[in-house]
Amino acid sequence: MFQSSYKIQSIIQLNPTTYSLVLDCAELANESWCGRFVNIRCGEKTLRRPISISEIDKANGTITLVFEVRGEGTEWLAARHAGDELDVLGPLGNGFFPDADKRAVFIGGGIGCPPMLGAAQEYGAKAEAILGFRSAKQMILLDKFKDCCQSVAVTTNDGSFGVKGFVTDVLKDKLSENSDCVVYACGPMPMLKGVADMCAQYGVQCYVSLEQRMGCGIGACLVCACKTQEADGTHMRHVCKNGPVFDAKEVDFDG
Amino acid sequence: MADLHVNIAGVDFKNPVITASGTFGFGQEYARLYDISRLGGISCKGTTLEPRMGNPAPRIAETPSGILNSVGLQNPGVEGFLQHDLPLLENTDTVIIANIAGSQVEDYVETVRRLQDAPIDMIEMNISCPNVKEGGVSFGTLPKSVENITKRVKAVAKQPLIVKLTPNVTDIAEIAAAAEAGGADAISLINTLTGMKIDIHTRRPILKNNTGGMSGAAVFPVALRMVWQATNRVHIPVIGLGGITKWQDAVEMLLAGATAVQIGTANFTDAYTPLKVIDGLNSYLDAHGEKSVTDIVGKVQPW
Repeated sequence: MFQSSYKIQSIIQLNPTTYSLVLDCAELANESWCGRFVNIRCGEKTLRRPISISEIDKANGTITLVFEVRGEGTEWLAARHAGDELDVLGPLGNGFFPDADKRAVFIGGGIGCPPMLGAAQEYGAKAEAILGFRSAKQMILLDKFKDCCQSVAVTTNDGSFGVKGFVTDVLKDKLSENSDCVVYACGPMPMLKGVADMCAQYGVQCYVSLEQRMGCGIGACLVCACKTQEADGTHMRHVCKNGPVFDAKEVDFDG
Repeated sequence: MADLHVNIAGVDFKNPVITASGTFGFGQEYARLYDISRLGGISCKGTTLEPRMGNPAPRIAETPSGILNSVGLQNPGVEGFLQHDLPLLENTDTVIIANIAGSQVEDYVETVRRLQDAPIDMIEMNISCPNVKEGGVSFGTLPKSVENITKRVKAVAKQPLIVKLTPNVTDIAEIAAAAEAGGADAISLINTLTGMKIDIHTRRPILKNNTGGMSGAAVFPVALRMVWQATNRVHIPVIGLGGITKWQDAVEMLLAGATAVQIGTANFTDAYTPLKVIDGLNSYLDAHGEKSVTDIVGKVQPW
C-alpha cells in the first residue's frame, strides 16, 4: 500500500460521463490485481474518491482507471490532463481471484464493467462476459472485452443495442444451459441482488464487488459498512477492507 | 530541534500529536504507511461494554470542507477490545488511550472497571457521541450529569481520565468546569457537531441515520473558540481537536490553551497529516526561538 503522487499518462473520454485514465505508478501496479481499488485525492475535497482498477500492465508499470462523473470530486478528476500528478492511496481491498480451472462468467453493469474487464483479462481466453447498460449511448469497453473474452453478450434496458432487458435475462439462459461455472459481478445493487438470487437458485458460486460511501478506504474508520450472514452469524463487514468483493451468498442486500 | 514533550496528568507524550478516536482504528492500517510509534499518542476506536453492530450504511456524507458520519459506535465490546484489539498495540512505543462510551452510567463504570489492569496509559470517556440513542451525548449536555458520571467513573479508573466533551451545548466552559469538578484529569474537545445532508434528487438524507456528526476543516474555528473558552475556565490540561488539517491549526490550538491536539478526519484526506503536523510544529518552534512546545501553550494574546 502506498500514498504517493503519480503521473497521468493519458486521459480520454469514453462516453458523455465516463473517462479512462492511465496512471504511471510502477510500485502500485506491482501490488495490484483485478478487483482492487485506489483512493484518489480530488482537489480540495476532504474525502478521497475510491475508483476500482480496470486494467493492470505490470510490464509498463501502469494501471487504467475508468470512472464516471457523479459529483464535484469526479468532475475535478475528469478535468485533469496527461502529465498532471495525482495523489493516490492504494492498491486497496481484497479483489477477485478467478479460478482458471473453472468456467467463469463475468458480469458488469454500467460503471461496474471496468473492474470486470481486468478480471476477465486475468482469467484468460475462455472468459464469458455479460455487460449491461441503460442504452447504447452509455456503452463502454465493449471492444476491450471482445479482445479478451470467448463471448460477450450485451443487454440494454431500452433495447438500443444487444438484448433488450437485463444481464440476468442472459445469465438465466446461460445457467439453464450449463450451470457448472463461477460468476463474478460488479454493478448497481439491484443488479447484484438479481445476479446473486439467480446464482443461488442454480447453485452457482457467485462473487460480487460492492460499492459504498467510504471514509479512510483502508479499514480504520468503519463507515463503509456491509451486513453479512456468515456461518458464525451476522457481521458488519467493511467494503474497503473485507471487500469490495464478497461471496454473494453472505451479503445481506437489504441490510 | 525544540523539545516536543508534553505531560498530561503524569503521562509523558513524546510530542503533542494524538490520532483521534474512530478515525484511526487501532493504528494497524496506518502502520502499513508509517511507523505509528512516531505519534504522541493513539486514542483507540470507542469501546462499549457489549459489542455493537453500529448503524446501517451509508454512514458518511461529504459536506463543504468536512464530513458527516453516523458509524454508531460499531465495536467488539470491551472484552473483544482487550483480547483482540489492544494486543495489536503491544509493541507500539506511544501513549495508548482507550476510548469508552455507553448508554448508561453503570455501563461506563463497568467498562472502566474491566480496563483496570489493561496495558493502557489513559482513558478517554466519550460523553458526546451524537450517533447513538442515549449514546453519551445526553450525559454531556447537562453540567450536573457530566459531574456525576465523571465522579462515578473516576472512582473506578486506575488510569488518568480524560473526559471528551460535546460541542452541542450552550456554554462549553460550564461543561468543562463540571468535568473538572467531577475529578477529570484532563478534558478533550470537541467531538462532532450534529449535522445533516439531503440528496435533492431522492429527497432522502444521505445518512441512513438521517443525522450525523460533522467534522473536518469546517469545524476548526468552532473547536478553537471552545478550547479557548474551556482553558480559560479550568485548571486541568485540555486536548484540542476538531478540524485540524495542518500544523498551523495545531499551533493555533496550542496558543489557544491546548496542551496537546488530536487529528481525526484529516487522516482520510492525507494519511501522513499527523507526521506533517509534528514536523511543522517543530519547525515553527525553532523559527520562533521556542525551546519547548509547552512554552507556547495558552500564549494567545486576546484583545
